[in-house]
Amino acid sequence: MEINATLLGEIITFAILVLFTLKFVWPPLNKMLEERAEKIASGLAAAEKGKLELQNAENRILEELNHAQVRVTEIIKNAERRADDIILSAKNKALKESEKIITESKLQIEQEYMRAKEHLRTQVAGLVIQGAQQILKVEVDVKRHEAILADIITKI
Amino acid sequence: MSSTTEYIIHHLTFDNVYFNGMSNSKFWTLHLDTFCMSLALGFIFLLIFSLVAKRARVENPNKLQLFIELILELVSSQVKDIYHGESKIIGPLSLTIFCWIFLMNLMDMLPVDLANWIFLHSTFIHEKHWRLVPSADVNTTFAMSISVFILIIIFSLKSKGFLGWIKELFSTPFGIKMAPFNLILQVIELLAKPLSLSLRLFGNMYAGELVFILIALLPWHVQWLLGGPWVIFHILIITLQAYLFMVLTIVYLSLAKESH
Repeated sequence: MEINATLLGEIITFAILVLFTLKFVWPPLNKMLEERAEKIASGLAAAEKGKLELQNAENRILEELNHAQVRVTEIIKNAERRADDIILSAKNKALKESEKIITESKLQIEQEYMRAKEHLRTQVAGLVIQGAQQILKVEVDVKRHEAILADIITKI
Repeated sequence: MSSTTEYIIHHLTFDNVYFNGMSNSKFWTLHLDTFCMSLALGFIFLLIFSLVAKRARVENPNKLQLFIELILELVSSQVKDIYHGESKIIGPLSLTIFCWIFLMNLMDMLPVDLANWIFLHSTFIHEKHWRLVPSADVNTTFAMSISVFILIIIFSLKSKGFLGWIKELFSTPFGIKMAPFNLILQVIELLAKPLSLSLRLFGNMYAGELVFILIALLPWHVQWLLGGPWVIFHILIITLQAYLFMVLTIVYLSLAKESH
């Protein structure tokens, strides 16, 4: 235990060490640590923000998807209705057309039938006259027996 | 037996240097070994820390910077926990105390005969005595504790003012009626702080060094048996003492700032 001038030397050394640390070691290191803490904090905040934005975007996508689905079903429904309408109207049109065709053909058939009948009648009349001529061995005067002939023709 | 005593005394003798014309004065002597070792260790501390501080990067710190940051965090967390308030000096002071004391204590890990071996084989240094552990010198520990003592008084004066501090010396803890008794108690308390700080560190390091010297006296084939455990145990001691000195300094300064 000898206290001597070493004590003074050590006090001076200690003071120099502390002052140097105070000036050149502590402030820059602390500043750096603070900067890092700030950076980490801002990074975390940005990450949080990004997560929130992602969530928002996902929600929006979901909403949009739902909306699209609704529209699609609507469109499909419309199209079906339209198709039904078209089919129905086409059916009606076809039905009308077919009826028309049927009536027309019926009319034509009747006309044809009438014409054939008429034709046959005249032919039969001719034949009858020929038959009668052969039977009577005289020529039938058409003008004289016109009334009889007409009566026969109508009876056929 | 006398050679044993001589060996011990030789290892416990400082490298005394006398100032010019003061060779008969007991005070004007310098322990060159203590002074050089502590100065060199202090500069090593400053060199490493200031280099790291200069090149400190926010991103991608290297391993040395991480290690320095670890120490800094240890110190600054203690300061924040114990000392409430703003102080520019307490952080750097604590850091310096911790690192410097740790490095000085670390010299206890060197072999006790290293210095003598170097002097025996060196061609240009021929000191007779050289003690490696500066913190086993009462001058070093007192230098630090006296500095802390001065800071305690400065902190007291700063936060309470001169009259406030004087008033506190006389009136606490038993009130103004017991003024002389209070003063005695306060003075004892004040003086006990630097004394306990320095003597605790000195005692630990001196005892550790002495045990190493005693182990070195054993036959070489049994030295490891005691030396090994003692070195391992001493790693704990040197760190603990450095840490304790730092924490107590912070505690004393925060007590000085706060009024009783």
